[in-house]
Amino acid sequence: MDKNDKLEWKAKVDEIIEKQGKTRNALLPCLKIIQEEISYISEEAINYLRERLDVSSVDIYGTITFYGMLTTQKQGEYVIRMCNSLPCYLNGSQKIIKILEDELGIKSGKTTSDGKFTLELVSCLGLCDKAPAMMVNKEIYGNLNEERLKQIIKLKKEK
Amino acid sequence: MEKILLKDIDKVNLNNINVYAESGGYETLKKVLNMNPETIIEEIKKSKLVGRGGAAFPTGLKWEFVRKEKDAPKFLICNADEGEPGTFKDRILLRNNPHLLLEAMLIAGYAIGANKGIIYIRGEYFAEIEKLKRAIEEAKIKGYLAKDILGANFSYGIEIHCGAGAYVCGEETSLLESLEGARGCSREKPPFPTHSGFMGKPTLINNVETLCNVPAILKNGGDWYSKIGSPNSPGTKLFCLCGHINKPGVYELPMGITLGELIEKYGGGVKGEFKAALPGGVSSSLLTDLDVQLDYKNVTNAGSMLGSGSIIVINKETSVVSAMENCLEFFTHESCGLCVPCREGTKRAKEMLTRIASGKGQKKDLDALLELSEVMPDTARCGLGQAAMNAASSAIKLFKEEFQNLRNNSV
Repeated sequence: MDKNDKLEWKAKVDEIIEKQGKTRNALLPCLKIIQEEISYISEEAINYLRERLDVSSVDIYGTITFYGMLTTQKQGEYVIRMCNSLPCYLNGSQKIIKILEDELGIKSGKTTSDGKFTLELVSCLGLCDKAPAMMVNKEIYGNLNEERLKQIIKLKKEK
Repeated sequence: MEKILLKDIDKVNLNNINVYAESGGYETLKKVLNMNPETIIEEIKKSKLVGRGGAAFPTGLKWEFVRKEKDAPKFLICNADEGEPGTFKDRILLRNNPHLLLEAMLIAGYAIGANKGIIYIRGEYFAEIEKLKRAIEEAKIKGYLAKDILGANFSYGIEIHCGAGAYVCGEETSLLESLEGARGCSREKPPFPTHSGFMGKPTLINNVETLCNVPAILKNGGDWYSKIGSPNSPGTKLFCLCGHINKPGVYELPMGITLGELIEKYGGGVKGEFKAALPGGVSSSLLTDLDVQLDYKNVTNAGSMLGSGSIIVINKETSVVSAMENCLEFFTHESCGLCVPCREGTKRAKEMLTRIASGKGQKKDLDALLELSEVMPDTARCGLGQAAMNAASSAIKLFKEEFQNLRNNSV
């Protein structure tokens, strides 16, 4: 992580706090922006928010761990959110999950050692008309099958 | 059938404010700003519109509760935290017709006496968030989200708040906790949000689809709306059809269409042979009768609930035990963990279903599952835990042999 990145999230956090005021209501938007900027909520970020918002670290930590899209562990460059809910399950998501784990060489919930991919099993993404479906960062991939999935992963690996 | 919500949905660039205006967009707002708020609420009550997020509470009544509160400021929150597995109806409105929602929120805000609207949208709806942001900017430029809108003594602003991946935040009091920067654990009710909601102030919380019905109702009148569809729950509904279905998608149809007609005529039939369907996502009970009319009352009478109108079709090749195991895995993952019946109940139910699915279940597992399905609805703190066993307990009743067979295979 270079220094510019750090400055970037701090500036954005300050901007949110300036707009929303020094209230707890600003906590979640701040956490989200940090997650987006540096792909996790670092200890430094928690300490910074504690000072700025007057919310205890343990409280901030509790909030982070409640929400699926916030993490205290650094995430991969590509975060794969694979749907694990019923409509996708009925359309073969179990097989797709197995292929993902094999292709990436990691279990769900883990990040590859090169820091490229994080694989998460998530609840319904509202893509049930394209089941089985997943998101890679902000991109949507639906109607997945073995061939298509392997191709997507291959392209991302090469990038 | 005349469509209301998806009337112009295929129009190119509908999310552009000028295109929306060409289709009569923001005309109802202009009309409404000359009306008395009480008259507006009266029209909504006359329409017999009920909440489309799942709870089916009469919308006009809810508006009236907030209007009558003395405390200020008041807030309007649009619940766009669509998360019930099988639900993807609000997404289509948010993505393709964000101005319809903004116009509806302006009208609702004016009617209840709020000057601030908040859209709580799930964090995974990245594209929809961007569309909304742009729409809000456009509406600001046109003077719809501004001070003294169109010369009326009414000022209004709309903010977007993004969720961070928690199904339970779709429950209205959990949503409020999340808005206030906390873990999304539900609050005790009463007090209801209409009295004490966001920051302890009177708050109206409506689902995206509910709100999007509002401009048409005020354009054409409450009586007009109340005559559409089923007399006991009027209007059209966005039905999300998915699972083992040939043509999955969102279909806007009058309330009261039968499950069979929806599947055959619109969904292109079942992939395989029909076994059962969940009419309101994984929080509802299984239906096996294709003649059930899909409106709130008839689905309830059939022993299930229409909820958000997410119809998940299951075919005969599917092991209902494994499907229920998947449902409970979802609830275990999404339980906020605050109350014991839900935190422990979902977890243990999932374990028992896993045992039964793998042929290692015992009679006591089945008994305990049935007991949980009686205890959890009575004791869980919020809707999540109360509904978590609906699907599984209906599965045990309807397909007992599958649970039995598996147990007989056990060593």
